[in-house]
Amino acid sequence: MNFVAPVINYSQVLPILIVLGTALLGVIVEAFVARDRRYQIQVPLSIAGLVVAFVWILKIHATTAITAESAVAIDGPALVLQGAIVILGIAGLLLIAERKLDSSGDAFVAQAAAIPGSEAERTATLAKLTQTEVFPLTLFAIAGMMLFPAANDLVTMFVALEVLSLPLYLMSGLARRRRLLSQEAALKYFLLGAFSSAFFLYGAAFLYGYSGSVGFRQIREAIQTNAGNDVFLLTGIALVSVGLLFKVSAVPFHSWTPDVYQGAPTPVTAFMAACTKIAAFGAFARLFYVGLSGARWDWRPMLTVIAIATMVLGALWALTQTDIKRMLAYSSVAHSGFILTGIVATNKAGLSGTLFYLVTYGFTTIGAFAIVTLVRNASGEATHISGYAGLGKRSPWIAMLLSLFLLALAGIPLTSGFVAKFAVFSAAYESGSTVLVIFGVLTSAIAAFFYIRLIVLMFFQDPEEDGPTVAAAPLMTTAAIALCATVTLVLGILPNSLVHVIDAASRFVF
Amino acid sequence: MSPNNYLVLSALLFSIGAIGVVLRRNAIVVFMCVELMLNAANLAFVTFARLLGNLDGQVVAFFTMVVAACEVVVGLAIIVTIFRSRRSASVDDANLLKY
Repeated sequence: MNFVAPVINYSQVLPILIVLGTALLGVIVEAFVARDRRYQIQVPLSIAGLVVAFVWILKIHATTAITAESAVAIDGPALVLQGAIVILGIAGLLLIAERKLDSSGDAFVAQAAAIPGSEAERTATLAKLTQTEVFPLTLFAIAGMMLFPAANDLVTMFVALEVLSLPLYLMSGLARRRRLLSQEAALKYFLLGAFSSAFFLYGAAFLYGYSGSVGFRQIREAIQTNAGNDVFLLTGIALVSVGLLFKVSAVPFHSWTPDVYQGAPTPVTAFMAACTKIAAFGAFARLFYVGLSGARWDWRPMLTVIAIATMVLGALWALTQTDIKRMLAYSSVAHSGFILTGIVATNKAGLSGTLFYLVTYGFTTIGAFAIVTLVRNASGEATHISGYAGLGKRSPWIAMLLSLFLLALAGIPLTSGFVAKFAVFSAAYESGSTVLVIFGVLTSAIAAFFYIRLIVLMFFQDPEEDGPTVAAAPLMTTAAIALCATVTLVLGILPNSLVHVIDAASRFVF
Repeated sequence: MSPNNYLVLSALLFSIGAIGVVLRRNAIVVFMCVELMLNAANLAFVTFARLLGNLDGQVVAFFTMVVAACEVVVGLAIIVTIFRSRRSASVDDANLLKY
């Protein structure tokens, strides 16, 4: 038997390999460097790795190729999303690395193994222990997220899904304060995440049974020639969709989102809210536009119903929230519905609209959660909405920035959110899904209510007597917020620069 | 014996696993039910590989096993932590996050 060596074009997958390599270096640093010097090494190392990966993505930006024995497709959408994930990863990492906000260290637990409320925990806190394992974990997650939208067969997609999820399960359980909530969030995220990836895998088995291969090109050809048993195909599509819809938190599969967003340390929430959504929708679009495009009459009705349910229920639940992290979580559910509108359009405008939406949504979300890390009282972050009353009088700058992000999430003109919403809705209208557009515009109006309610609370009410204070933003958080605010404003006023890049890139290779 | 029977078996195992995740209360048992679902998927992959006469499905089964092992590492760490803080591994007791 002849054994043929696989052909891998390393230059095309180098961005992913750089991030993975940096993560491994980070593990070595954890093992061999003295505890008090790890932070000084981990932060520059991680950021340098991400910057180098981004430079390489720019270098290969015109690539359209299938590599690694057709397991990975490097094309326009993959590179746009990888670039966005890396930049947002840097912003998230800056928030994670911030150590000036909490008087007892960073946002992460002093010793994860110490039982909450125990003597061991007190000792660790008094000794001002800080851990740095979260940096390599973040990089592993980023590497998985970069591979996810580039995966060109179901196995690679499954492995990327797990590589991005497993570090996130751990990171969401590492909060320094309110540890029981944080551990509970990790447990829920883990159990439901594992449950949904089992569905994904079982669906992949049926698609394999249908087409005789796990590669997207072969599945596409099998559907075009109607080669297999339709029961396998439909079961496969349904089960694989469950796994992916869970990751993008679409409505019947969204129940983990508010709990995990609330319980996880806020910097982790910021990172995960932005980057997981980008990676998962990238994978979603590739699977449905490349692998299953021939069966679009089977999956479009299903996704249309889910998109409507996601938009409406996400917006309605967000109305009733009193915790800002939970409110932003439900708003992220509603945004999944808006992005699904772009996917359901199944035309080129839909794809480019989806990509544009993902990029802008990522920056806005990280910015909003970054502000949440600044509003604090004695016991940590003050996440109850009442704490935001009168913020505009005490810290006008912070209140204005948060208002900018909220207006962008609401989709008000002159912010990036408006351009993004316009792009996906016009694409859906073009493809004939008028019902989706009507629901989308109506739920945008509902959603605008709870964003603007918070703005009114900040500017037109008096602050509480012993309400939370806003910490003077330290350097790294300021940098992350400034980056997000700039992108949100610039893409709102001059969207053309990015629109052209994305339009030119919106073609999947197969 | 017809390979179809193995597909039926895998569907049964998957359903038992899924029902177990929904009904059982102990986090460890819930997690074992997830593993059962992954193994049902493995069985389906191997059966399809046999039916179709190519090796892709068997290779996928190896990937699944590795991924499942990684999941055990992370999952047990989380479950053990929550058991030590609460003296209980019941998923009903973890109810601080709501509304």
